[in-house]
Amino acid sequence: MAQINLLHAINSALDIAMEDNDRTVCFGEDVGHFGGVFRATSGLQEKYGKARCFNTPLVEQGIIGFANGLAAQGSVAIAEIQFADYIFPAFDQIVNEAAKFRYRTGNEFNVGKLTIRTPYGGGIAGGLYHSQSPEAYFAHTPGLKVVIPRNPYQAKGLLLASIRDDNPVIFFEPKRLYRASVGEVPEEDYQLPLGKAEVVQTGTDITLLAWGAQMEIIEKAAQLASNDGISCEVVDLRTILPWDIETISNSVMKTGRLLVSQEAPLTAGFASEIAATIQSECFLHLESPIARVCGLDTPYPLALEKEYVSDHLKVYEAIKKSVNF
Amino acid sequence: MSTEIYNDGPVVHQPTFIDGHSVEIPELRILHQDGTTYPGADLPDIDQTLATKIYHTLAFHRVLDERMVASQRQGRLSFYMTALGEEAASVGGAAGLEPQDMIMMQYREQGALMYRGFSLENFMNQLFSNAEDLGKGRQMPIHYGSKALNCMTVSSTLATQIPQATGYAYGQKLQGLDAVTICYFGEGAASEGDFHAGLNMAAVQEAPVIFFCRNNGYAISTPAEEQFRGNGIASRGVGYGIKTIRIDGNDILAVLKATQIARAYVVKESKPVLIEAMSYRLGAHSTSDDPSGYRTKEEEAKWQSNDPILRMKNWMLKQNWWDEAQETALFEQYREQVLAAVKVAEKIDKPNIDTMITDVYDMPSAQLQAQLDDVKAHIKKYPEAYPFTAGKF
Repeated sequence: MAQINLLHAINSALDIAMEDNDRTVCFGEDVGHFGGVFRATSGLQEKYGKARCFNTPLVEQGIIGFANGLAAQGSVAIAEIQFADYIFPAFDQIVNEAAKFRYRTGNEFNVGKLTIRTPYGGGIAGGLYHSQSPEAYFAHTPGLKVVIPRNPYQAKGLLLASIRDDNPVIFFEPKRLYRASVGEVPEEDYQLPLGKAEVVQTGTDITLLAWGAQMEIIEKAAQLASNDGISCEVVDLRTILPWDIETISNSVMKTGRLLVSQEAPLTAGFASEIAATIQSECFLHLESPIARVCGLDTPYPLALEKEYVSDHLKVYEAIKKSVNF
Repeated sequence: MSTEIYNDGPVVHQPTFIDGHSVEIPELRILHQDGTTYPGADLPDIDQTLATKIYHTLAFHRVLDERMVASQRQGRLSFYMTALGEEAASVGGAAGLEPQDMIMMQYREQGALMYRGFSLENFMNQLFSNAEDLGKGRQMPIHYGSKALNCMTVSSTLATQIPQATGYAYGQKLQGLDAVTICYFGEGAASEGDFHAGLNMAAVQEAPVIFFCRNNGYAISTPAEEQFRGNGIASRGVGYGIKTIRIDGNDILAVLKATQIARAYVVKESKPVLIEAMSYRLGAHSTSDDPSGYRTKEEEAKWQSNDPILRMKNWMLKQNWWDEAQETALFEQYREQVLAAVKVAEKIDKPNIDTMITDVYDMPSAQLQAQLDDVKAHIKKYPEAYPFTAGKF
């Protein structure tokens, strides 16, 4: 198996999806000849032609509106929004249209063949408009699936599964890891299951839960904690919606403690939803309050990014506090 | 690829502004109100069979709208929207297409559905949100749709169908189908961002889509002069580099002619067309609205004398394709059919409670199933509070 970075893994998944089905179409701002601002669609126009991989005008609501129509027609629509921070002009087309298409038509029509790819998250000195993690807005919308990979292997398998899933999927790509995360990725076609969390490391004292780029933060914190003799179970949620309550509950019933960490601001983030459900599912097993280690309730900063982010030290402190409660 | 700025105008050396009226936009009219045609007018491709089908559809449309407003007033129906006075736009548009063409409606194009063959029962089941509704009783009345008839289900969100039509048409083109998409919207919806996004993308991506604007003068209470400036919606099409035509929307022959030539162009060139049909919303916006608060009786009277159905009838009489006895019999027959259908549809049960969680995803998740089970247990505890569903699961 080749060692490739997360961007190459995305590119490989798109290549396979386009090779596999000639009704697969990739489009978005600068995704054509240029291959996208991060190069995720590099080489696809050359290989599959301008009709199937192309630049769109600079209009996010148009990109997703177009994608909805294309998917309703039966094509496999893979739309790129250049940064998740710029997805909001398309909010109506995602929340009112894509998410409700099958429901409101009584299953006469659907946009199950739609996948929206978009880079999200901080850590690249991008300030407030190139760093946001907007997954919770979309997690509040029945009808969508929301998927976030943590490394190249996960990215390829989850993206292929998202493209082939018969529901509209928003696939958030951790852009901080695009080149930084390198790992073994099979060249061939494979899929990883949606709606299933993965226990990355087993442990007995506390469950640490995150997704996407935040996974490497909690893994680092788990390492620090293990030096103190604290055994952490580390879990990657992978799919934010619909999420795997069973795997998380089973883990928390075993460890008795839960810490959820996200890049996004604290209030009404997805960590809050997890905390509410798990306290209900596991109330009598909990030995300490469920901890959330999140961004502050402010826009994402630039100069003070290091102070703002929920880094491994903040997670490590929260682990100790939970265990010593 | 080129970075040259597009300019085919003359270079001048004194500042020279242009305004929206610099582009003169002609309006196609074929039929006088009395049923005679303008001299030299280019008639659409139409014979007695097609004309009769169109006229029957217009008559059915008028009857259905009248009866359903009456039903709403009687409290039998929660909501309705008529297309009074602008029926020719949707019926004529559909008549200019082929059955495999996709029709994307805004919400006042029931005429297009009727033309395609959406049955009276289909209409009634949707209007009464019953278990037989193709949409499973989920959307307010008038949100029709049918996969079998290639009519995309209406959504309340205004103008969202416009960029969707572009994408749908692009998919038809990619597959090499002999099929186009027509997209209806009002002049008010043309203020939405999705209108501009959809037209621009159709022009750039060269999608085989016919944008059909019903300019009926009002968006609920807001008149066109408070909605936009410049030379109507047609001038927007020109601005986006889209072949554009303005027509008299109350002239069924002009609507049919424009749609027929638009379809031929769109198929041949694989590029979009914009049709702006000038009309007037003689009815209220919906049954929740009373237009006497924002326009005069005189204004309405002027447009009543422009009735598109009467205009077509006058033309049909002159062709000897129609007579008054047929007219009376047809309207009477439709009234009886609609009344009978109302009585049937309102007695059909509400959708089964299990449909609460279907079609959210392709398969209901375990979470949704658990939530439905909770609701069912609750209903069993308080059956008298939930009469539609208690005892039925």
